[in-house]
Formats: sequence, structure tokens, C-alpha cells
Amino acid sequence: MASEAAFLDPVLLAALVLSAAITLVAGYRVIVGPTTPDRVVALDVIGTNVVAIAALYAMFSARGLFADVALVLAIIGFISTITVARYVTEGDIIE
Amino acid sequence: MFDTTTAPTALAHMLDPVVLVSESGGAPTVGPVRGAVVVALVALGAFFLIVGTVGLVRLPDIYNRMHATSKATTIGAASILLANTAYFGPRGAGLVSLVGIVFLFVTAPTGSHMISRAAQRMGVDFAGDVTWPGASDDVDDPTESDGTEPADD
Repeated sequence: MASEAAFLDPVLLAALVLSAAITLVAGYRVIVGPTTPDRVVALDVIGTNVVAIAALYAMFSARGLFADVALVLAIIGFISTITVARYVTEGDIIE
Repeated sequence: MFDTTTAPTALAHMLDPVVLVSESGGAPTVGPVRGAVVVALVALGAFFLIVGTVGLVRLPDIYNRMHATSKATTIGAASILLANTAYFGPRGAGLVSLVGIVFLFVTAPTGSHMISRAAQRMGVDFAGDVTWPGASDDVDDPTESDGTEPADD
């Protein structure tokens, strides 16, 4: 680690563990959510949490590569959300 | 044309004034003040992520859940990305994180609006006896051309 601030690494590790735990909690709504939009919203939250996890890991490992990972995950999450919303709106019959 | 003894990083500086790759492999030296800023932003972001996820799990219907998640989770991820910018500096990964913040603030309301409109088209009801403003057939939806009651499917 190149950081001189020694208090940084435990804080980043705690935030990583916390973010992973609440991502698992959001999986509860994916499983039991009564309607399909509930599940889509929960998957959107999981995507945003994984963006935050990638950004935290970029700081934790001191590698700027993972900021690109966070940006690409944000783009893919947006595209998947829009796609599922269009699919639900247009009807649920696969032609 | 140019001096072949120039170091690669100096050549990169000469070709591109905004160097997108940090010279030291991306590992910055973080002093105590920057570390304190990063810790504060990470704590704020983790708090808002927790708020959004608790709202997702605890609130009664889809519209309430979206109300909780689309704002709080966006602020949480944007705060952590801002901590990323404070950690890596204004170039390279920090610049990518700033672009990510702008992208999140543009796309998260758009996606939530699409999902809520899809839920309204599907006929997902509110919790309790809450109805839409006005009568339930008076939803302001310009894509439904006829003024009659929308088709409940």
C-alpha cells in the first residue's frame, strides 16, 4: 500500500464488507418480491451497490483500473433496466 | 523527429497534455488530510447505501421502494465515486469516477421512471387504499390515446 494514512485501509475494508452484506440483503427482494417490477428495482439496487463496491475496491487495492470497471457496470445496469422495463411494457410473450 | 532517449512517460506528456495513465502505476500517495476526506465520503456513501437497501426491503409497495432506492442509492454510489476522485486525483481513475457520477445522475432517474411506468402499465396497485391522483382512470399518460379507462391487464 502506498497510502501514508494508516486509518484508511480498515475503513475501506469495513465499507467493502458492509456493501457486500447489504447487496445480499437486496437479494431478498429479488427472491420474494411479489411483482416483476419489484425484482427489477432490486436488481437495479444490486447493480448500483456493485458499482460502489468496485469503486471501493479501486481505493482498497490502489488500482485505478477498477474505476473503469465501476463505470462499465453502471452502463450495463442502465441498459438492462431499460431493456426489462421495455419488455414488461410491450408484453410477456416471446415471439 | 523527436529525441529517442526521452522516457516513455515524458513522451506521453508531450503527446497528450491530459495524461490518462498515472506514472506510478495508479497508486497515489495519500496524506492525512486526503485520507480524512476519503473516509468521510466513504462513510457518507455507505450510510446512504444502507438507507436505500433498508427502504427496498421494508417499504410496502413498488412505488415506495423505488422512491427509497432511486435517490438514496444514487447518492451513496456517487459519494463513494467522489471519494475515488479524492483518492486518485483529478486525472486518470479520478476523472473516470467523475464521469461515472455524471452518468449515474443522468441514468438513475431515467431507469426508475421507466420501471414505474411499466409497473403502472402492468396494473401494480398501491399498498393500502391509495389511488392515483383524481380518479383511477385519470392518469396523465399521453401514450394512451383514448380517454377511456386504461386497459387493466
